[in-house]
Amino acid sequence: MKIIVMGCGRVGSRLANVLDSEGHEVTVVDRNSASFKRLRADFGGKTVLGTGIDEDVLRRAGVEHADVFVATTEGDNRNIMSAQIAQKVFNVPMVIARTYDPGRSEIYEKLGLKTYCPTLVGARLLHEMILGKG
Amino acid sequence: MYIVVVGGGKVGYYLTKELLEQGHEALLIERNAERVDQIVEDLGNVALKGDGCEVATLQDAGVGRGDVLVAVTGDDEDNLVSCQLAKNHFGVPRTIARVNNPKNEPLFRLLGIDVTVSATTILMSMIEHEMPRRALLHLLAIQRMGVEIVEAVLNPGARGVGKNISDLALPAESSIAAVIRGGAFLIPSGPLMLQEGDELIALCRPEQEADLRNALLGTS
Repeated sequence: MKIIVMGCGRVGSRLANVLDSEGHEVTVVDRNSASFKRLRADFGGKTVLGTGIDEDVLRRAGVEHADVFVATTEGDNRNIMSAQIAQKVFNVPMVIARTYDPGRSEIYEKLGLKTYCPTLVGARLLHEMILGKG
Repeated sequence: MYIVVVGGGKVGYYLTKELLEQGHEALLIERNAERVDQIVEDLGNVALKGDGCEVATLQDAGVGRGDVLVAVTGDDEDNLVSCQLAKNHFGVPRTIARVNNPKNEPLFRLLGIDVTVSATTILMSMIEHEMPRRALLHLLAIQRMGVEIVEAVLNPGARGVGKNISDLALPAESSIAAVIRGGAFLIPSGPLMLQEGDELIALCRPEQEADLRNALLGTS
């Protein structure tokens, strides 16, 4: 699959490395070129420098032909905005936005955006670790 | 009216001040505590410390009974999210976003924001006005109708010179609303022959701009 990962932080780079090693066509977008150092030396995908809330940058990343778009920057709003551009402007079939804020996560889910909320997932995991699975 | 302003920079500060002076109820949401203190000292108790992109903050601000939410921070993504939360979660009837990257104007409208304001776009059209041009000048966009009001000046050699308005090959959904000729303001109700130097005020759809320009000014 053609997958765009926006944000080359710890999560984004790890995801990109794994997807790349599985043979997917991966493009990583980050506004800071130093972040690309987190990619493995044998990373075979593409890197694009720029912010994912800019349509021109997304075009350079090949959003018009992407199957999946994942936004993993540290900014909830940036992730939400870029994911909506991918979904509404470029009709990418699968779009996921990471949002730390559970409130925003819930509302945008209702608006038809797939979100991943590390806060909720983390809290649930901790709860399970403390009390075991209910 | 109750108006909620998100972003306490210079734009948000003066906007809130003006709204209060005009007798509206206004509340400014700003993240930075020091800035909030400063604003409260200047304008009274009209600023709330918080993140205008968080549901809890918007709830505290009573956005649900707001008539308008205006998001004017320096970050487009924050302005977008504030407006979308206000509109979709709190049912605010009218949302206005400041847009820093002019390319985001059509995008924001696609994503449900009622009105966008871009200083860059406004300044560009001011500059265009000062330049000799072969293009249409944008005067106003009625965004919700998808219509814009433009101005064209008939310089020597323009296609429309010497033609009757009814003989112009105008695009279907466009019309010449007025002609400014030597200080006189003419509303074309009957036949009106266009002359060199005429300034035409026209309505058209954005996608028909090129055809309108061609009909009035020609391509050469």
